[in-house]
Amino acid sequence: MSTHTEADILVIGGGVVGLSLAYGLVRGGDRVVLLDEGDDALRAARGNFGLVWVQGKGLGQPAYARWTLKAAAAWPAFAAELRERTGIDVELSQPGGLTMCLDDNELAERAAQLQRLRGEVGPDYPYDVLDGDAVRRLLPQTGPAVAGAVHCAADGHTSPLRLLRALLQAYEDLGGRYVPGGRVEAIAHRAGGFEVTTGGATYASSRLVLAAGLGNRTLAPLVGLSAPVKPNRGQILVTERLQPFLTHPTLYVRQTGEGVIQIGDSKEDVGYDDATTLAQLSRIAARAAKCFPLLEGVNIVRTWGALRVMSPDGFPIYQASTQCPGAFVVTCHSGITLAPQHAGPLADWIRGGEEPQETRGFKAERFDHVPTH
Amino acid sequence: MKRDEVPGMTHDLIVIGAGPAGMAAATTGVELGLQTLLVDEQPSPGGQIYRNVTGCDPKVSALLGTDYTRGVSLAQRLAASGAEVLHDTLVWDVARDLTVTALHAGRAKQWRAPQLIAATGAMERASPLPGWTLPGVMNAGAVQLAIKSAGAVPAGRVVVVGAGPLVLLVACQLLDAGATVAAVVETAPASNFLAAARRLPRALRAWSMLAKGLRMMWRLKRARVQWFTGAEEIELLGKDAVQAVSFRAGGVSKRIDADHVLLHHGVIPNTQMSHLLRLEHRWDDRQLAWHVVTDAFGQTSLPGLRMAGDGTAIAGAYAAEASGALAALGAAQALGRIDGVALAQRVAPLQRALAVQLAIRPFLDELYRPPKALTLPRDETIVCRCEEVSAGKIREMARLGCVGPNQTKFFSRCGMGPCQGRVCGNVVTQLLADELGIPPAEVGAYRIRAPLKPIPLAALAALAEEAPTQTVNSVAESEHAE
Amino acid sequence: MFRRIEGQAPRRTIAIEVEGREVNAREGDPLAVALLEAGVERFRDTPVTGAARAPLCLMGVCFDCLVEVDGRPNVQACMVTVREGMRVRLQHGARRLEPAR
Repeated sequence: MSTHTEADILVIGGGVVGLSLAYGLVRGGDRVVLLDEGDDALRAARGNFGLVWVQGKGLGQPAYARWTLKAAAAWPAFAAELRERTGIDVELSQPGGLTMCLDDNELAERAAQLQRLRGEVGPDYPYDVLDGDAVRRLLPQTGPAVAGAVHCAADGHTSPLRLLRALLQAYEDLGGRYVPGGRVEAIAHRAGGFEVTTGGATYASSRLVLAAGLGNRTLAPLVGLSAPVKPNRGQILVTERLQPFLTHPTLYVRQTGEGVIQIGDSKEDVGYDDATTLAQLSRIAARAAKCFPLLEGVNIVRTWGALRVMSPDGFPIYQASTQCPGAFVVTCHSGITLAPQHAGPLADWIRGGEEPQETRGFKAERFDHVPTH
Repeated sequence: MKRDEVPGMTHDLIVIGAGPAGMAAATTGVELGLQTLLVDEQPSPGGQIYRNVTGCDPKVSALLGTDYTRGVSLAQRLAASGAEVLHDTLVWDVARDLTVTALHAGRAKQWRAPQLIAATGAMERASPLPGWTLPGVMNAGAVQLAIKSAGAVPAGRVVVVGAGPLVLLVACQLLDAGATVAAVVETAPASNFLAAARRLPRALRAWSMLAKGLRMMWRLKRARVQWFTGAEEIELLGKDAVQAVSFRAGGVSKRIDADHVLLHHGVIPNTQMSHLLRLEHRWDDRQLAWHVVTDAFGQTSLPGLRMAGDGTAIAGAYAAEASGALAALGAAQALGRIDGVALAQRVAPLQRALAVQLAIRPFLDELYRPPKALTLPRDETIVCRCEEVSAGKIREMARLGCVGPNQTKFFSRCGMGPCQGRVCGNVVTQLLADELGIPPAEVGAYRIRAPLKPIPLAALAALAEEAPTQTVNSVAESEHAE
Repeated sequence: MFRRIEGQAPRRTIAIEVEGREVNAREGDPLAVALLEAGVERFRDTPVTGAARAPLCLMGVCFDCLVEVDGRPNVQACMVTVREGMRVRLQHGARRLEPAR
């Protein structure tokens, strides 16, 4: 027995990208259906570290750096809006963030990268380099092994867990339909619209957004698009709850609103394997202990492995299909940071508005000279 | 086998857990000539059912009877066997390549063998009732452990609330130990007895068990212990500690003062390790729990990894012995260390012993079947004790769109605390199944990751020097094909 | 409150410290039961709401018996055997970190 549902816009993928877009679309008055997989799907969103991070992003692609800066600036209003609608506080905090460096070479290298970035984006690009003493003045718990850090006043963090829940709730409260537990079996493009089949049900709409993370790889060609994304694994350690002490998030260590310390991070090319490995976990633990020696006796309660969605150059793919007008692909690996932009200007574009200036360069054609495997 | 650098094998057979299954497995392994290591978290052998059996005071052992002292001979055989036994050892990771990582005396330790038997045992089913998180509320099994490990009993008035034979047993043991049992409040609906009775003809031993049960009932009656059956709307009352139990039974509302309330609704396999290893499980609708799928020699869906005892499915301590021995025989066969004839000879009596124990299971499972009020608690009842997430919140997550425990965990934090879902997992699966209208088997279970128990950051960091390229607990690419 | 079953053979008494006061415990006993025998009813306050908790399972599954032992927080009292001179503190809410020295 099959059901048939009509909508204005179909969004495929219920992670932070899909939910941000779906929320933005339904907020604008569209009838939206969001299709999502089941409980044990890979879900990059569930493995997210929670950073709302500016520093270091967009090296060689100033448009991306600007897109990121705008996102960080839009975050407070976004969080307030979600709180207003759902009562959920996503625990956004933007006190500035640090990337700790354990030796002078690392610090110099990182500082040089940011200097180049400033050169590309403009003199207002926010960052400064702190030596070890300055870091320890800012974060007294920092260990002696830390040689210095790059600090960016625009950096912050939020709770991915609360964000996703708030987005889903806000989306549903506005009439958005959420259909979990299935996989897309077929996408047909006919009569200026799209028909998606999943689990015996069909969904028809005039616009279709692919926000399925790694799933975009196989879905995109079905609508004349390309999303050559690959998995990149990151592993995370999570501690028991602690009294608040870490005032600023760092790239690899942050303290959540619940008091738990999250410690990352790895970047592994291991295929579709989201398992945790002692090799990486121990390396991550050792690094964290060097940065914050007082964490040595703290208990690790659980660990996590998740697959990021990586394009060949690490930058997003934002593209409208010419072959199948009305179809879009959206993929990135900073879904948390960019959430307000996805809910705002990007959703407006999908709805038929103007494409944001900053996203125009992120088409899949840029990979054509690169062998994709 | 992973292509990465792998540590050398340190033993032929590693056994995790020194309860009856683990003791039998290790002893049998050594008898068959396998270089065997047995590791256990406790300071002495016995698991939970035979906890502290080698150190228990004779007066207390006598009180607990032969069902307890049976453990002494198992422990003696283990000691005599020459198996390498390491106590006070916390196994916090087992990899898919069977590397065992543990914490012993503050130091990380690793071993590996081609055959691994996990005999990690059972735990009590959660009994989520309003007020069950109050101090003074404990599992009935906990009190048995206090008796076994420290010869201690609750002072003051004790009320036992639950279903199944252990409810009566504990009440009687408490009386024998000089405790004050104010009441036994049975939550089993009358229909349990009828359903169980239908299973009687198939289980001869059931008659002797029934006789035992009747003797216990008579004991309690003589001691003027108040008795209620088919109790509903149970609440545990108190502010910072439990003070009373209220309920309805026989159409009447009752309130009984209590200093301690003991809860019991049967035991279920502790599947933390088996889920860590992503073994194949099946949901058993009779025991209302996950069972690990194994063959007759405990072989699971992961080659080389066997499981034995109540950690696979509940069959009791005597069955666990046979199951452990069979697993060790399977391991020996897999290693080519026993011929077919010798194997068949040893297997036959074990399988007979197992069959006798299993024959009574349908009867016991019906007797122990918890009422819906316990598996589907009221909205205001806390289900995840660690993160204080209520049944109502979990139902809300299902309505929000969560189709399984992992999304539910992500959105509500249930299952994220130190117990990592051991206590709440089973209830969450059933709550979601009920709310979503799909079978528990389809709902699934929490995804479990290392560490199995919290370990200090420093202990994990210490491994960074020792095992740089080791891959553990990873699912091969082909198993997760897109 | 728990108490010893009568008629057992005497065993060595050892002294432990609980919240700064000296408590007698019996050699070989698990800490959780020793605390229950000493009249500790409220082992900890939860980090989420500050609710009172005490042991539920006594077998290392429930993590409700968490106490601080010899300066180490969040130790399962049921998994630790009493030792002469052991210092136990009860926990109120989430763990507070001391600066490393």
